[in-house]
Amino acid sequence: MEAMLRDRKAILVFVGPALLIYSVVILVPIIWSLVYTVFEGSVIGGFQFVGLHNYAELFSDPTFWQAFLFTVKYAVVVTIGQVGIGLLLALLYVFYLGKASPLIRTLVFFPVVLPTVAVAALFKKIFEITPTYGLVNSLLHVIHLDAWIQPWLGQAGSAFWVIAIMDIWRSMGFYGVLLFAGLVDIPAEIFESAKIDGASGWRMVRYIVLPLLAPILFSSFIFSINGTLKVFDSVLALTNGGPGQATTPLTLYMFTTAFSNGEYGYGSTIATALAIMCLFVTLLIFRSARQDVG
Amino acid sequence: MGQALTKPIRETTTTTPPHGRTKYFAGKLLARIPVWILVALLLIVVLYPLIWLLLSSFKTTEEFNTSAFWTLPSGLAWQNYAQAWNSGMGTYFLNSVLVVFPSLLLVLVFSLAASFGLEVMKWRFNNVVLLIFLAGIMIPSQMILLPLFTMYFQAGLINTRWALIITYTAASLPLSVFLMAGFFKNVPRTIIEAAVLDGASIYQVFFQVAVPMVANGLITIGLVNFFFLWNDLLFSLTFISSDNLRTIQTGLLNFVGQYGQIDWGPTFAGAAIAVFPTLIVYLILNQQVIKGLTAGSIKG
Repeated sequence: MEAMLRDRKAILVFVGPALLIYSVVILVPIIWSLVYTVFEGSVIGGFQFVGLHNYAELFSDPTFWQAFLFTVKYAVVVTIGQVGIGLLLALLYVFYLGKASPLIRTLVFFPVVLPTVAVAALFKKIFEITPTYGLVNSLLHVIHLDAWIQPWLGQAGSAFWVIAIMDIWRSMGFYGVLLFAGLVDIPAEIFESAKIDGASGWRMVRYIVLPLLAPILFSSFIFSINGTLKVFDSVLALTNGGPGQATTPLTLYMFTTAFSNGEYGYGSTIATALAIMCLFVTLLIFRSARQDVG
Repeated sequence: MGQALTKPIRETTTTTPPHGRTKYFAGKLLARIPVWILVALLLIVVLYPLIWLLLSSFKTTEEFNTSAFWTLPSGLAWQNYAQAWNSGMGTYFLNSVLVVFPSLLLVLVFSLAASFGLEVMKWRFNNVVLLIFLAGIMIPSQMILLPLFTMYFQAGLINTRWALIITYTAASLPLSVFLMAGFFKNVPRTIIEAAVLDGASIYQVFFQVAVPMVANGLITIGLVNFFFLWNDLLFSLTFISSDNLRTIQTGLLNFVGQYGQIDWGPTFAGAAIAVFPTLIVYLILNQQVIKGLTAGSIKG
């Protein structure tokens, strides 16, 4: 049997196709992208070697830093929102809901699987102001808070919050289920002995639940930040980065740089900066995982 | 806190999920806010926008202008759906099907084979290659976008469905190989040994023993990939430029751009058409979807 499991030819047959297509379509382009950073140009116009010019340009580019700040701000806000609300949901699922819990969990999870453009189209209409009031502005009008009616998506500040609300709305169910799974792993006896000691409510959550949930909470934070740093769909579909470039994250900036301006070199540089950010966050995962085990 | 907490956890004999037993002390957690109010609020926040989407898709344009947002449609304006479908959504839907399902098939076949080779078979570079696949999970798509565009451009594949099928297949491999390897780990080696003793070749072992044992995993991986691929925007946006080849997300983007301001009814109908397949899959297979999507995230 050993010999059969070591059959070189069979291994090639099994692993070969996947490895081949993966190398050609993923690995090679990654290296290629890094090479692009020291060039400038496009597929149509041709390429020119420019050395470290793109990197220098990156550091002094105000639009880059604006996009960087937006990306980080978005990642932090949405992460706190989705994981935080996810935690509250998980607590609800475990402590408040008995038999209805699976149904509620399933319903709240549903937005997670929806196409992002459809959700954005929906939220665009919810926050619309012209040609007619959308859901929010209509509601404000009806309860006589007309002073609050505004072009939610046309202003940098409120547009950010609409995007954030949309994405938190979509993903909170995901983290709710994730953290629920973590909570359910805590043996009931722990809660009971704590209750005997007189702990209840907030103290129970703070001194028992949170410390025991810490590993999964931490993983959720990291996973969320990793995903939110790469936000693209939501922003493109809802505001297209606007007004102006006020809601442009790094992913979108890279996209417009490369395809609207034909600057593949600079676009690749932005992509590399983004990849480094994501890598940095990923390293944190491995660090924290090692700490848990050791 | 008290001496009771110094009881080590391994003394607990049962690990029943707490919710059944601790409901009785829920009352102490918050001043008796009726649970159902919280739940009702939650469900309204989550479901109302979707219900509003559905109801609005059946309204005619005058209804939007004249009546308030919460009113029910006066009739079922199916023409919104007809208009949306004929103005492009039908084509986009078809394109998504033509691109996603072949990719799914390829991903399942390749990852099945590769994980078997990496997890069950033995060779020196097992772990290295597995690690190489895992690394792919963390790479942002932007890193491969431009070189891929160049490659496809020079191969004449820009603006073809093949560009998407190839990209989707490759991009789905890291996570799928990772998940599938996990499933193969759980296949007991004794069963494989028994098959070998019966005279099976390695390929027979693969097809007749190993694959049936991870059938459940196939469904999970199929579902996870379905949602990622069906909802893809970036690749479709980059590689496809002509309208009749657009997939559902880019198509909807284009559709909303053209009709969004003018015709709300068809816009909502378009969004509803985009949502519909994911809704159906979710209705039928929700527990597996949830398990699959959450398993793919936190490693372990």
